[in-house]
Amino acid sequence: MSQKRRVSATQSRAPKRSQIVGDDEDDEDMSFTQPTSSQVQRARENFTTVQIDRKTAEVVQFILIKDQKKVPIRRADIVKHVMKEYKPIYQDIMKRVTRTFEQVFGMKLLEIDSKNHIYILVNKIEPVAGEPVSLYPSNPKTGLLFVILSIIFMKGGVVKEALIWNTLKKLRVDPGEKHDDFGDVKKLVTDEFVRQKYVEYVRIPHTEPLEFEFRWGLRAEKEVSKLKLLEFVAQLHDQEPQSWTQQFREATAAESSQ
Amino acid sequence: MNRSMGDSHRRFLQTMMSNGIIDNIQARALHQHCCEVHSGHYIPDKLDEFIDVINAQLQPMFMNIRKAMSEEDGLQYYALVNLTETDITRMSSDYADNELELFRKAMDLIVDSENGTASSTDILNCADTLQTKKLRKKEAELVLNKFVQDKWLNEKHGEYTLSTRCITEMDQYIRTMYRDLVKICHVCHNIALQSQMCENPGCGIKMHLPCVARYFKGRSDPHCPACSDFWPHEIPEFHRRQSQASQSQFSSAKENTAPAPSTSSSRRSRR
Ligand SMILES: [Zn+2]
Ligand SMILES: [Zn+2]
Repeated sequence: MSQKRRVSATQSRAPKRSQIVGDDEDDEDMSFTQPTSSQVQRARENFTTVQIDRKTAEVVQFILIKDQKKVPIRRADIVKHVMKEYKPIYQDIMKRVTRTFEQVFGMKLLEIDSKNHIYILVNKIEPVAGEPVSLYPSNPKTGLLFVILSIIFMKGGVVKEALIWNTLKKLRVDPGEKHDDFGDVKKLVTDEFVRQKYVEYVRIPHTEPLEFEFRWGLRAEKEVSKLKLLEFVAQLHDQEPQSWTQQFREATAAESSQ
Repeated sequence: MNRSMGDSHRRFLQTMMSNGIIDNIQARALHQHCCEVHSGHYIPDKLDEFIDVINAQLQPMFMNIRKAMSEEDGLQYYALVNLTETDITRMSSDYADNELELFRKAMDLIVDSENGTASSTDILNCADTLQTKKLRKKEAELVLNKFVQDKWLNEKHGEYTLSTRCITEMDQYIRTMYRDLVKICHVCHNIALQSQMCENPGCGIKMHLPCVARYFKGRSDPHCPACSDFWPHEIPEFHRRQSQASQSQFSSAKENTAPAPSTSSSRRSRR
């Protein structure tokens, strides 16, 4: 142990991931014109299969990281941070990416906003009872989200914010106070959950003072089973899900359309 | 044999993705569970083959499920490893820059220590010398807690060690960064932090505590396997954790006695 030498770990920081992920909350959607088929053909010849495979892997990793934080994935970000000079063969690579998600990971890459080209990953593998290792290790935020989505659903799809805050207060989650698990509750619900597209938080027109209401977000529509949610609520009330006729109809309809 | 991926493999993979690392017993139970949920063909004892199928698909994505031994208890674990980022940037989507800097400092202290541990006091003392942005002591404590929760560090009585997940995922990084500082276990050839060292100055090999226990088991007069000098340390004992899963057909005798193979090379050679 006489001559110790250490390459300074603190200084050599490989910026790989931060470069890939980037800080992209506020940049504009870049212009995205569809290349012609002959352009695509020519572009394809510029890349080897190995290069295309490598790029596909990079896009898959990029999307997985975004999905971990439940941040919606924008086409503009994929192009800007990962595709770069591969942009002419964007469609080709995305086809491979989509196939990889389905075949390897059991996930579906869905475009939830075709105007702004926003994607989310939807899991085709659902949690089941008796898992020896949890598919989704419990996250207190998920529990809170589930409660909020339940309230909205049971109240017919839209609720005034006051109702949400009052219900949470009854559960000893005060939006005005800092919570041990959730931190700033109001920010979590009206900012983080909104950005993740689990809920929509919109101003009710012509209200004075300002009033807001909550609806389900696009991600919730794709990801959360209304039937499971209703079963959960029914269990709490010690009743059958069928007792809520309208909700039951909506939940079963949603189930069969998926 | 069917080598294609089914939903049972996908469920296993997704569980690995959200947990990062699971132990051998959990992995075996999960294997059975995944096969049963998707009425797949379940063969007990064929967990490694099952994982090979997943790894063949993961390889083009530069990911890999890898076996690893815990330095602490000698138990076998399975970790999902990302091969494109084998350093601390691996964590950068979950932590702020100054939190990552604190992690680097903790890692420096741990690797530089005799026995692979660093005290919370020493780590917290780094918090107000951070170049990115200082952390108050209270904040630094919370961050350390998060590292433990996210399974990057282990903590026992105020002493921090690198977790199995951390050592497995950052194996290459640690070997490169601390080239002349880090030693390899003489028995299992993995990075040895929590370990014993031969006191012969011309030798100085290291062995993990569980590897020491296995290697010297039943020998009354322990000698260094490299230089044959007397081994002056107390030989630790490890009691295998018994659980419902390990008592049944799952516990294969070979895993209990043989030193853990260096899995990184055997795993990667597929295809
Ligand atoms: Zn060892
Ligand atoms: Zn020796």
